[in-house]
Amino acid sequence: MRPSKVSLAAGYGALILISGMFIIPFVWLIRSSLMNLAQIFTMPPEWIPAPFQWSNFHKALTLLPFDIFFRNTLIIVVTVLVGTVITSSIAAFGFSRIQWKGRDAVFALLMTSMMLPAAVTMIPSFLGWQLMGFYDTLYPLIVPAYFGGGIFNIFLLRQFYLTIPRDFDEAAFVDGASYWQIYTRIIFPLSRSAIIVVALFSFLASWNDFMGPLIYLKSDKWFTLALGLQMFQGTYNAQWDLLMAASATVVLPCVIVFLLGQRYFLEGITLTGLKG
Amino acid sequence: MRKGMFYGLLFTAPAILGFAIFTLGPMIASLVLSLTNYNVFKEQTAFTGLEHYVRLFSGEDELFYKSLGITFYFVLLRVPSVILISFGIALLLNLNVKGRAIFRTIIYLPSIVPAVASAMIWMWLLNPDLGLINSLLSRLHLPTSNWLYGESSVIPSVVLTTLWGIGSTVIIFLAGLSGIPRQYYEAIEVDGGGWLHKLSHVTIPMVTPTIFFNTIMTIIGSFQVFNEAYILTQGGPNNQSLFYVFYLWRTGFRDAEMGYASALAWVLFLIILFFTFIVFRSSKSWVYYEGGDRA
Repeated sequence: MRPSKVSLAAGYGALILISGMFIIPFVWLIRSSLMNLAQIFTMPPEWIPAPFQWSNFHKALTLLPFDIFFRNTLIIVVTVLVGTVITSSIAAFGFSRIQWKGRDAVFALLMTSMMLPAAVTMIPSFLGWQLMGFYDTLYPLIVPAYFGGGIFNIFLLRQFYLTIPRDFDEAAFVDGASYWQIYTRIIFPLSRSAIIVVALFSFLASWNDFMGPLIYLKSDKWFTLALGLQMFQGTYNAQWDLLMAASATVVLPCVIVFLLGQRYFLEGITLTGLKG
Repeated sequence: MRKGMFYGLLFTAPAILGFAIFTLGPMIASLVLSLTNYNVFKEQTAFTGLEHYVRLFSGEDELFYKSLGITFYFVLLRVPSVILISFGIALLLNLNVKGRAIFRTIIYLPSIVPAVASAMIWMWLLNPDLGLINSLLSRLHLPTSNWLYGESSVIPSVVLTTLWGIGSTVIIFLAGLSGIPRQYYEAIEVDGGGWLHKLSHVTIPMVTPTIFFNTIMTIIGSFQVFNEAYILTQGGPNNQSLFYVFYLWRTGFRDAEMGYASALAWVLFLIILFFTFIVFRSSKSWVYYEGGDRA
């Protein structure tokens, strides 16, 4: 579309306005996290902290054992990421580069699980883990990642694998390569960007997960950052300065990861959306 | 490739097992549970047949209808807002403006913020006495609101907070828009048509598959809203934001009525299936696929 100068200017104006609206909550978060309570409640609101109350962060993060919450979150994020990348890429290989009878039917069946509300499997899954003695451990949050890593990720990688020319495998076959070698030496290395997409989505999903930890964890020593923040809000709900400092700490790693992997994120979303 | 079957199953075994263990098994178990009076604290569990379902639909459980109504209201308010606003933003981003990448980043950024943190920010922004939004409104001499604390304003307020995370829907629309061939627009220009013509005769028909995809995903997601209910409102005030999945969670995990909660879960599943089916069926008449009707 070749827009006229007027409509282009209007478009600019609208975009700046909308971006402003999207960014203000972040600014409000940061400014509040660096103010003392008196300044926070000043009306009309002030935007620049004076002085910058850096001690809020130290105070907020030591009131509750956020170091333990962080450690637990990190354990979950890393182990889930590894499991997701390994098993989803292997499964995607089996669903795209190997010919076998019933393959596409099985894949379609697995795809139906994307339609299923989590609420339906929530209670039996909880009871199952409890029965096996894993309630209040990190296992229920980690182990499923090692069983396929989520159909959504398999779907994404499969789409990508299908675009790699078949000749590559054929040539390797002639040279006597096995399926495993084709997967590890050809397909996996060639799909670096798709793997990064899956890794990034996996990071965000487990970093942001709230319902899983809420259901499976009971003692503080296993709490994740998301649960810790919620607990913090329940305990110190009037301390907006400290609440905002704690929230900023939970948000920051996500923002950094996003800014670093931006290109891949946008690619990944586009890839998943195109094939409705 | 004679061993295709063997290796195919070997490579996909973890995923197939995972589906059986974490999806199919629990699904069947949940259906069976919904036919019992299983309660964590009760000694014996009895088979109750369809009792739960009868209780649900007979009107005996007022909160069921209440939470269903609230959730429908939320879906009805949220789905069109998400689709219209994100489509509008995508159209703007699709203009040939400089700094597109920056605008796109800013608009996508909120959707990666953890739900808990986003809830904290919005509780603070929407705080009736000390929040930024009421402070701005009163300075502009506009009426203020109790937002999350008002019985009639709580659901629209929750919708508002979720609109902040609209980014990924925008990006999907943007991908759909960028796939439209230029020639179509040029043809309209030759015929002397304006932007309204382009929008209604090219842009919208060409992105109907994307509209369809985004609508389905937004419907499925909106019916399942939980985090916001749990963190922002705890179902309040006066149960006016008792979202369905929050009610389900409360029944199952706080009141330990896991049999009954399983029945609630199945009803939700059927409702989502029904609406997805309706949208799929209707799509035949409005979704346009290039090169044939594949809907």
